[in-house]
Amino acid sequence: MKRRDFLKATLGGTAATLCATSVEARPNLEPAPQAVGMLFDSTLCVGCKACVSKCKEVNDMPPVIDGDKTTWDSARDLSDQTLNVIKVYRDGNATTKDSEVDGYCFEKRSCMHCVDPGCVSVCPCTAMRQDKVTGIVTHHPDVCIGCRNCMVGCPYNVPQFEYNKLFGQIRKCELCNQPGVERINKGQMTGCAEACPTGSTLFGPREALLEEARRRMQLKPGELYRYPMGDITRPYNYHEKIVPTYKQHIWGEKEAGGTSVMHISSVSFDKLGMPPLEERSAASIAESVQHSVYSFMALPALALAGLTYTVRKNTRDHDEGDDQ
Amino acid sequence: MSAHQALGGRIFTKPFLVLLLIFVVGLVFMVERFSSGMGAVSNLNGGFAWGIWVVFDVVVGTAFACGGYALAFMVYVFNKGQYHPLVRPAVLASLLGYALGGFGAFFDMGRFWQFYEIFIPGNWNFNSVMLEVGLCVAVYIIILALEFAPAVLEKFGMHGLLKSLNKVLFFLIALGVLLPTMHQSSLGSLLIAMGHKVHPLWQVDHMQPVLALISALIMGFSIVIFEASTSAVGFSRKSEASLLAKMRQVIIGLLSTFLIVRLLVLLVQGKLGLIFAADFASLMILLETALFAIPLVILLSPERSSRGSQLLIAAMCMLMAGSLYRFDAFLLTFNPGPGYSYFPSAAEIMITLGVVAFEIMAYLILVKTLPVLHREERAL
Repeated sequence: MKRRDFLKATLGGTAATLCATSVEARPNLEPAPQAVGMLFDSTLCVGCKACVSKCKEVNDMPPVIDGDKTTWDSARDLSDQTLNVIKVYRDGNATTKDSEVDGYCFEKRSCMHCVDPGCVSVCPCTAMRQDKVTGIVTHHPDVCIGCRNCMVGCPYNVPQFEYNKLFGQIRKCELCNQPGVERINKGQMTGCAEACPTGSTLFGPREALLEEARRRMQLKPGELYRYPMGDITRPYNYHEKIVPTYKQHIWGEKEAGGTSVMHISSVSFDKLGMPPLEERSAASIAESVQHSVYSFMALPALALAGLTYTVRKNTRDHDEGDDQ
Repeated sequence: MSAHQALGGRIFTKPFLVLLLIFVVGLVFMVERFSSGMGAVSNLNGGFAWGIWVVFDVVVGTAFACGGYALAFMVYVFNKGQYHPLVRPAVLASLLGYALGGFGAFFDMGRFWQFYEIFIPGNWNFNSVMLEVGLCVAVYIIILALEFAPAVLEKFGMHGLLKSLNKVLFFLIALGVLLPTMHQSSLGSLLIAMGHKVHPLWQVDHMQPVLALISALIMGFSIVIFEASTSAVGFSRKSEASLLAKMRQVIIGLLSTFLIVRLLVLLVQGKLGLIFAADFASLMILLETALFAIPLVILLSPERSSRGSQLLIAAMCMLMAGSLYRFDAFLLTFNPGPGYSYFPSAAEIMITLGVVAFEIMAYLILVKTLPVLHREERAL
């Protein structure tokens, strides 16, 4: 093969790859058929952290103590010992609940159980898996090498590694369906939804929760609404409350392909520390690039054949040259 | 008779002892890492899960080790036989760079005791860029070892094995060109899935693998020039500047392609304005671009690029440019969100320096004891 031919072949291959990229681009994944999740309504949350405490009980994790605040769990963010946390938003004199200006509100952080999860996409060893039926994202330390790509690949910094143990592992919320707990398989709801005294954290099928969130967007501020508590399919009680002025934004309906844990609030989500996400998931872009180059290993195999031929020919030339 | 010869000479020179000291300090912290865990020695956290061990030891380190790759391209693909003398030292440097990159990946691995899980086909996730990087780098280390094996076989007079190896060498060389093309581009693709955490100026989505690959080749050629120039000075050998100057056409092509692609991507993505935002990121991209542009200016002048010192400056600029491009994207402008910050701990830095010191020591020992460097005058 002449150098020119080789260049032609290479350029041709590259061009084919680039075309393939635009043709075969993988769209965002769709929600699992019976996806379950949660709806967190920030306007109902009073910051009692009963959900944090319940989560620690379910996962057998110790409270995190911040300074001398020994009376309660004072975890400030997610960590290998805190898989669910309540954070506070404050502005100005912080007197009015759910007001962006001079107000305060509470925000929950836990795994969002993405419809198109980055952690599952990037994991080399399939240690992060998404249940095909429920859409729950689980972690399987038995095959994990600890490369922590799931941590950098998660838009929300959810997976956390146990750095302080020599033989640590990744920890994340598994929607209370981890081996040994399996609350969802047993027909129960998540621990945090069960413990929530206001219905702020509501458990249920993603579809039903999305419908509920849309209903709340339509409510008139100032009127009374009966907020269901616990599991939306069979609420154990209702919480009657005056409707706040919701931001017309259901976080998790579309962000990066959507999530099964959705949030609504009367304070905009960028102020609550949510990441700047577009509708297309980063995982879908990465997989499109990867699969167009490595589809059936055809391109690498072709390249190897061309290279082997060229190198064989050129090494022969060199040998002959040396003999002279 | 081999065209290569061992340099000979004392091993325990003063620079070697300094390197040994750095290595021992690194080793102490390494023991700490494998007895108390990563938290005890590193500043890694929930937002910055990858620190200098991944970014320097693996991402930048393996790009530094692309000399063998770049030369294999020149000599065997583009049939430039005159560069043959540079191949063996470049392969050795690549082998050491990649082996230590692999070792870096191992001590950075949170669950190092079950590292083999990535080699079990039943576990493979074909959507994962990391899988491609992990497997490809592992195979390439073996290929580099086989490519370097003739030096060892010559030394110990194992001619039978040498002959058999030479028969399949062409296939190993072909693999040695393909594999770095795959994983060096994938190292860039790792950034795609990080989405918004990567600064917009470095989040070029589909073009990540292209920019990563071109910059890896640039660094590969630079390290060849750098190694040849420094061994010319350090071991008082004849300068190979005249030979190296001929590489300039290729490097000019790579540098201009990188700069044009980088600029075009930002233009298409509508991000050009960010370059002039007068913040940290804009400063970094300007610095980075200058480091890519200065060697281009030097190499475009035939007069300048025939001078060894100018060539060395160009090589150093390109090495810094490629490194900075990687550091900027993976660490310096990386933003996982509010509440997280990272600066490497002293122990992290010392472990990394220890690894680099080990690499240089191994290189010095091997070129002095094995037939690696080309004979200056051909004994006919």
